[in-house]
Amino acid sequence: MIDRYENIVIQTICRILIPFVQLYGLYVIMHGHYSPGGGFQGGVILGTSFILLMLAYGLEASLRRLSLKALTVFGSLGVLLYSGIGLVSLLMGGNYLDYGKLPLPIASIAEIRAMGILGIEIGVGISVMAIMTTIFLAIASYDTAGEKNG
Amino acid sequence: MRVLALLIVLFTGGLLVYGIEDMPRWADPQSPPSVHVSPRYIEKTVEETKTPNMVTSVLADYRGFDTLGEVTVIFTAGVACLLLLRKETE
Repeated sequence: MIDRYENIVIQTICRILIPFVQLYGLYVIMHGHYSPGGGFQGGVILGTSFILLMLAYGLEASLRRLSLKALTVFGSLGVLLYSGIGLVSLLMGGNYLDYGKLPLPIASIAEIRAMGILGIEIGVGISVMAIMTTIFLAIASYDTAGEKNG
Repeated sequence: MRVLALLIVLFTGGLLVYGIEDMPRWADPQSPPSVHVSPRYIEKTVEETKTPNMVTSVLADYRGFDTLGEVTVIFTAGVACLLLLRKETE
């Protein structure tokens, strides 16, 4: 169990820093077309912001804001979004993951492909963020279970 | 049984080492990936996907199946962690 870190400097800095970390994570996901980055990297940055929250404020306070169940749902949702985009392009008469066939109101096929890439990057980002946080949460809360039983 | 397993491992390893012979040499400009695949991506990426970052277009568009597999691996790792570590009393 990770207890609340009773230090006003750490807690204040984390409170100020976490929104910026999350904003940067979103930027890395959305800007993957033009700069180094993308779903995996941005998802990990988003995940670290939640891990920072848990380290500074303790597990109990953090679990009031994010539940393990919601994280599991988000982890599955990202994979579902990715494979769903593939399935939609399959249903529209293309190959699986052939983004050019997505039903978007954009004239040029190249831009539809760019939107498809953005869609799957968002899916990857959601999934990676949730799974990173879930793994940390599972490992961090494992200790308490042992203490209570033993 | 263990001797058999060792033999299978050695045989598979030997096959893989034998296969190295047929691979193109490191950074060979005449190797098939350098001649066919890479120039195709470099020339057509912006035209076909409107994505200036070639890493992203290869990762997410040309090699989309591979990335889907990667996400599935991460998802499986998370599910395995939950199954192994979470308390059962909840």
